[in-house]
Amino acid sequence: MYHSDEIILAGFGGQGVLSMGQVLSYAAIIDNKETTWMPSYGPEMRGGTANCIVIVSDRRVSSPIITKFDSGIILNQPSMEKFEPAIKKNGFLFYEESTVVYPPTRDDITIIKIAAIHEAELMKKKQVANMIMLGAFLEVKPIVTMDSVLKALKKVLPERHHHLIPLNEQAILRGKELALQQLHLTI
Amino acid sequence: MEREIRLMKGNEAMAEAAIRAGMKAYFGYPITPQSEVMEYLFEQMPKRNFKVLQAESEVAAINMIYGAAGSGARVMTSSSSPGMSLMQEGISYIAAAELPCLLANIVRGGPGLGTIQPSQGDYFQAVKGGGHGDYKLIVLAPNSVQEMADFVFDGFKLAEKFRGPAMILSDGALGQMMEKVALLPEGSLPHTVPAWAATGKPANRPPNVITSLYIEPEKMEMINHTLQAKYKQLQKEEVRYEDYQTEDADIVLTAFGLSSRICQKAVDLAREQGIKAGLLRPITLFPFPEKKIAEIAETAKVFLDVEMNAGQMVEDVRLAVNGKKPVYFKGRMGGIIPSPEEILHEIEQISEQVLSYQN
Amino acid sequence: METEVLTPEVQEGFDCVYNKPDTLTDTRFHYCPGCGHGVAHRLLMEVIAELGIQEETIGVAPVGCSVFAYHYMNIDMQEAAHGRASAVATGVKRVLPDKYVFSYQGDGDLAAIGTAETIHTVNRGENILMIFINNGIYGMTGGQMAPTTLANMVTSTSPYGRSTEWAGFPLKITEMLAMLPGAYYVTRQAVHTPNSVRKAKKAIKLGFEYQKLKRGTCFIEIVSNCPSGWKMNPVDSNKWLEANMLTMYPLGDIKVPVKEGQGE
Repeated sequence: MYHSDEIILAGFGGQGVLSMGQVLSYAAIIDNKETTWMPSYGPEMRGGTANCIVIVSDRRVSSPIITKFDSGIILNQPSMEKFEPAIKKNGFLFYEESTVVYPPTRDDITIIKIAAIHEAELMKKKQVANMIMLGAFLEVKPIVTMDSVLKALKKVLPERHHHLIPLNEQAILRGKELALQQLHLTI
Repeated sequence: MEREIRLMKGNEAMAEAAIRAGMKAYFGYPITPQSEVMEYLFEQMPKRNFKVLQAESEVAAINMIYGAAGSGARVMTSSSSPGMSLMQEGISYIAAAELPCLLANIVRGGPGLGTIQPSQGDYFQAVKGGGHGDYKLIVLAPNSVQEMADFVFDGFKLAEKFRGPAMILSDGALGQMMEKVALLPEGSLPHTVPAWAATGKPANRPPNVITSLYIEPEKMEMINHTLQAKYKQLQKEEVRYEDYQTEDADIVLTAFGLSSRICQKAVDLAREQGIKAGLLRPITLFPFPEKKIAEIAETAKVFLDVEMNAGQMVEDVRLAVNGKKPVYFKGRMGGIIPSPEEILHEIEQISEQVLSYQN
Repeated sequence: METEVLTPEVQEGFDCVYNKPDTLTDTRFHYCPGCGHGVAHRLLMEVIAELGIQEETIGVAPVGCSVFAYHYMNIDMQEAAHGRASAVATGVKRVLPDKYVFSYQGDGDLAAIGTAETIHTVNRGENILMIFINNGIYGMTGGQMAPTTLANMVTSTSPYGRSTEWAGFPLKITEMLAMLPGAYYVTRQAVHTPNSVRKAKKAIKLGFEYQKLKRGTCFIEIVSNCPSGWKMNPVDSNKWLEANMLTMYPLGDIKVPVKEGQGE
């Protein structure tokens, strides 16, 4: 039997949801795994909701379009409403605390709440909230190695932003800490 | 050959592959969901050895392709459905004048202005000719980002071997999604300017003329015979398909492009339930794998064709099955992508109704 | 198309003043007697022969009366779809930037169905020579109204004369094109008198010479006649041209290159 992780990442356009997915996908190929990154595309990308499906697998991914997910990383309320029911039983749902007004209610999945935007503001760079979310996810679901994630950052970030890589790394590490605290609270 | 591994969007992978395949010029017009192709090429142009020009319309772009192909250059254009409709006149001329070139249609939902979401509604247009007169395109249908890149090489090779237009028939989802792609190195597909090209007449040869005009019907019929002979040869030599567990399958799905990925998952899900399902994916839509389908029709009990349209390839599947077995169809239209569960449901129903009845 | 070799019979005691250049094939023109296309073809090919650029020139033929231009012009050529000659020529020039490229189009081709391609080719300043034969009518399809048909002029689709109220006005596309920054040299010539033939040839020569500079599009309109479409004999058609066409389409340079050092 092969292993496959199916993840939905969703939020508003501009929150870095798509690039968060790309980092994950890129890290997967550096780890020699198979992957697909499928964005929702179209006019809704500006200001509206943006989401992407990332699949990381041991073997060639069949359908890049799926309706049920092992994990969700959710950064706004409309996406929460859309995707909370789409998480598989015993799956994981990560969400950003301040942008999701009505927290998820399911009790058959593990829910991890991260104050990513607040933490990013503490780091004086609001844009790294997505990396804090990614870090939280990776702490719970280490489907790719940290080493590969750092290499992936270099590939995904445009060269003019490469000076921000250490900050992004910090953000990921901070996300991991936050997830760990959350898990202790949950369990 | 050493391949470089990257994570790329289908459209970008196609553009990068075109550069590596030695494309000399690209002429295009922006249209969603494939504008990344030209954007990527413009970004790369100063660093590499090819040219891109943004035309005033798809009509102009395809005629620039005609001119550049007639000059013996390896050329390519890409568009999406409404734009590809505009190009049909020029494609007919290109086919008639026997000019090799590569076209890519990143299909979106139609008819009309339609939607920018993915569709397979242009199968007929691509496979049955599309413009006026008796001609065919060589049609390659990728189902992954890897194939979006690889089929650029295959497309150029076939177009040049058979002196005619080849098309990559893809869709918005494959164009926009990212996957791992292993890219062939630059210079791996050599090209020489063919002897028939209009590049300026040296004293020692008669003029080379690129034309599709033959007023005398006898000559025009001869040209048609030449074209038809090429299409026959293509049907004989260049058919490609992917066979996924059809050998012992009771129910065989047929699907191309993105649909085939979804069907593959549906087949896996069906097999988990003990339903013997399989998938035959035509890779070349023309030439169509009719022989292979006819062969499967001897062993399979029922076919289910799945497309993102109202049922286009299913006509070719039915011709190939030739009444031997029932052929069902499941389609979504207007930019909707069916889910694997939806297809599984269809398989289950057919399995229950048809297969249990037959047993 | 049958090829007939015409052997010139030079009588003893006479000087041969006419020689067919190598750049013309031996195929007889299919054009109607008195039509300006024949003269325009010859001028074009004479210039190519005189400049010695036969091996470096690629021509693009249109759809229209001159659709078979490549039967007569002894050079590499491409036959374009209706209206698209300048787009085809663009494709050629972009992959063969050091060759000489020209398009040859009529008024229906260039100024009706191909207007978009025409304008944008010139606006890009494609380094090609565009030859535009304006005879105010669709010759090949049997004498229908063209964009350049004069007001009140009778054609098969304006049988009571072109009503400007119904069918709009004669299009002076050459003047329009001259306004575009991509246009380097724009001129209007004719081939109905010996003098106009000499001037037209000079203009065509300039068009090729300028192409070498890569400074933009050279555009030469040739106001011509259509004895068959106009339903006149060749002599009358030339008189009618002079009296009517040239009033609407006056001859002369419309845009000439600014000489070095004279500024804009």
